[in-house]
Amino acid sequence: MSVILEMENICKQFPGVLANDCVCLSVKEGEVHALLGENGAGKSTLMNILCGLYKPTSGEIHLEGELVRFNSARDAMERGIGMVHQHFMLIPTMTVTENCLIGDKEGNAIKLDRKEAGQRLKELAERYGMEIDPDAIVGTLSVGEMQRVEIVKALFRGAKILILDEPTAVLTPQEARALFKMIRALTDNQFTVIFISHKLDEVKEISDRVTVLRQGSVVGTYDIDQCSVEELARLMVGREIRFDVIERRQAVGDTLLEVNNLSLHRQQSSEGKLLDDLSFEVREGEVLGIAGVDGNGQAELVECLTGILRASSGEALYQGNDLLKLSTRDIMSKDVSHIPQDRQKTGLVMPMTLVENFALQDYYKKDFGKGIFLDWIGVEDRSAKLIKDFSVKTPSTYELAQNLSGGNQQKVVAAREISREPKLLIAMHPTRGLDVGAVEYIHNQLIDQRDKGVGILLVSTEMEEIMRLSDRIIVLYEGRAMGCVRPSETTIEEMGLMMGGRKLDDIRKGRVKEAPVEENIM
Amino acid sequence: MDLLQTIGGYLFTDIRMAAPVLLAGLGLLLMNWSGLLNIGAEGIMLIAALAAVAGSHFFGSVWMGLLLAMLAGAVFGLLFAVLTVTLRANQTVVGAALNILGLSLSTTLNRVFFGIETTVTKVDAYKVLEIPLLSKIPVIGRAFFAQMPIVYIAFILVPVIHYFLFKTKPGLNLRSVGENPRVADTLGINVYRTQYLATIVGSMIIAAGGAFLSTGLLNFFAEDMVAGRGYIALAAVIFGKYRPTGIMVAAMIFMAGNVVSNVLQVAGVGIPYTFLTMIPYVLTIIALTIFASRAVAPASLGKPYKRG
Repeated sequence: MSVILEMENICKQFPGVLANDCVCLSVKEGEVHALLGENGAGKSTLMNILCGLYKPTSGEIHLEGELVRFNSARDAMERGIGMVHQHFMLIPTMTVTENCLIGDKEGNAIKLDRKEAGQRLKELAERYGMEIDPDAIVGTLSVGEMQRVEIVKALFRGAKILILDEPTAVLTPQEARALFKMIRALTDNQFTVIFISHKLDEVKEISDRVTVLRQGSVVGTYDIDQCSVEELARLMVGREIRFDVIERRQAVGDTLLEVNNLSLHRQQSSEGKLLDDLSFEVREGEVLGIAGVDGNGQAELVECLTGILRASSGEALYQGNDLLKLSTRDIMSKDVSHIPQDRQKTGLVMPMTLVENFALQDYYKKDFGKGIFLDWIGVEDRSAKLIKDFSVKTPSTYELAQNLSGGNQQKVVAAREISREPKLLIAMHPTRGLDVGAVEYIHNQLIDQRDKGVGILLVSTEMEEIMRLSDRIIVLYEGRAMGCVRPSETTIEEMGLMMGGRKLDDIRKGRVKEAPVEENIM
Repeated sequence: MDLLQTIGGYLFTDIRMAAPVLLAGLGLLLMNWSGLLNIGAEGIMLIAALAAVAGSHFFGSVWMGLLLAMLAGAVFGLLFAVLTVTLRANQTVVGAALNILGLSLSTTLNRVFFGIETTVTKVDAYKVLEIPLLSKIPVIGRAFFAQMPIVYIAFILVPVIHYFLFKTKPGLNLRSVGENPRVADTLGINVYRTQYLATIVGSMIIAAGGAFLSTGLLNFFAEDMVAGRGYIALAAVIFGKYRPTGIMVAAMIFMAGNVVSNVLQVAGVGIPYTFLTMIPYVLTIIALTIFASRAVAPASLGKPYKRG
């Protein structure tokens, strides 16, 4: 097999983030080359560069030995690179054929020959073991079928290298198997497939070689035969994780929040659950960590517990109330605080001043004014105190939230939520995108709260953070709990496997002969 | 026989009245399929109505009037495109601005051109073009085949635009821009150029509708003479489910209200005429409230597109 594609020293600088740091990738013709990495490892950025959507800050792309420069997706397509995005680039109201013919420059420039094109599509699909109905309206197809249309569309437009971005994320296991068959049929016919995934089993099953990315850099490229799933997990997650679990000063108290059989169905679709039968509890003075790759139900879990989404079934008992049945304000008024996942979208109102942002959560309460009037002097004093206590760096209490740095914005959110003296604190990605100092600060605040007896539900995709702060960790995968572990009793390998969709029980069963299974601490 | 004659007469009036609304609707349709929501048809029709009279007056030919009207429409279309496509301004706001601009500019220019007189300047208007033989068909002959040329053009445009939108590649490309500009972009379509073209051509067709008001239905310009037809066209597009034939039917139905109101006025029923003239508008509102939610608009209608 000859090398068909060579990406050399690709760097991509986004404002404040180096998404790709001198990444080199070499792909051989006719292989399935997997790109493995956690969220934010730079997989999608690299592929968006390859398919012409992003321009690299530096670096070169060689295609069949020739230096190429893509200015648009069309440029890349004309050189035979087709990408199937996670979010399908299809128009649901049009037929399969129409979707494939948009922007088509071949043949008659005016007349739309649906019949002829449909025939060609059908033949093309059949050649690689796929079945499609060219006249079907795309919106009526299942997700798996839509994906097939995307693949056929790419082939129809002359793709030789097919990039599949997390293709199984939206598929049922059966559909995924069909996809793998398709991929095999394609590579048998000299097509090259680049397969982006964070699911270890899949990568092991389908790929010939794998390139592992971590934090924007390449860890290495390996022949899949020479890697075990465990090794892949370690490579993906990395070794240099700090295990210095922070000393605790207080014993864990009574159960504060008890979640039983929480499920959330996908909207407008019977198949697939966003949250599937979750049960756990958070105790006073305990940090329960929710780990997992982004998009495996974490956001939905938090939104169900804070009254933003309505759960399909289950209960979340807290102080004798079922949180799943209460409105957001009712929940918040029962000593629950919420640090939302996105400080700029849901945590703060960016064009409002800090004083106003500090008053957002509790403005209606007696402390904040009389009747419909706000006690601005009191609110300002309060804000000044919080800014001082939480050392928010701002020119004034009346600065607009949008003018603060990310770290200081997060401090404002944390200050507002923690100052409410909650009993239960739900924090999602509390340190995402912050510098080391700010991370440390927020972590210490969370620890303080824990030591005061507050129960904390910490959702994070940062392994280090989860391992450092949590007393127990639940790993979510496609809305299901893969297992519940204590940080001191688990390994990175085990965490990686769970994040990749292996159940804790199954992982440990494999080792049952060497060591006794640890007690179930769920 | 007399009754049939009367019905034929109503049909004749309905078709004639529907033509400008139909033209405006078809113009809007092209814009809508490129993803642009333009509520400014009223303003474009007004400036076109004045331009048509001015052209007809100064050049002595109604066709020169039409040309000038379409030119004025193109300028308004270009203005809309620059503001909404290139500068990504809010389309509804710009459309409203076009309406105000069209009303005030046509009023002002009318006074500049023709002075403030009580006698209106009458100009060359379209002549009825009778199709030999066909116009002799009893009852419907005159309604369908003894109309002014622009009426024929309006109705011929229905199948032409339908064919363009749904049977040609450029039509597919246009629709893909309106449905999802990002998809169109990744497939190599120049989204901005498509939207500019659709807006300018669409505005010219709307302008032809406006021109027919002042040089077809009437032969002079009166201030605010469009009288909400631009908005009725907007409603016709929605009621017609974004299909040319649908718009045609909608325009005929809405304007039939106009015919009914005329008939009732002439018949001298005891209702004040101001209420009777409301009929087409009330009909529009009723139709919209019933059918608007069922219409399938292009998915990206009204959303500005930013590349990259």
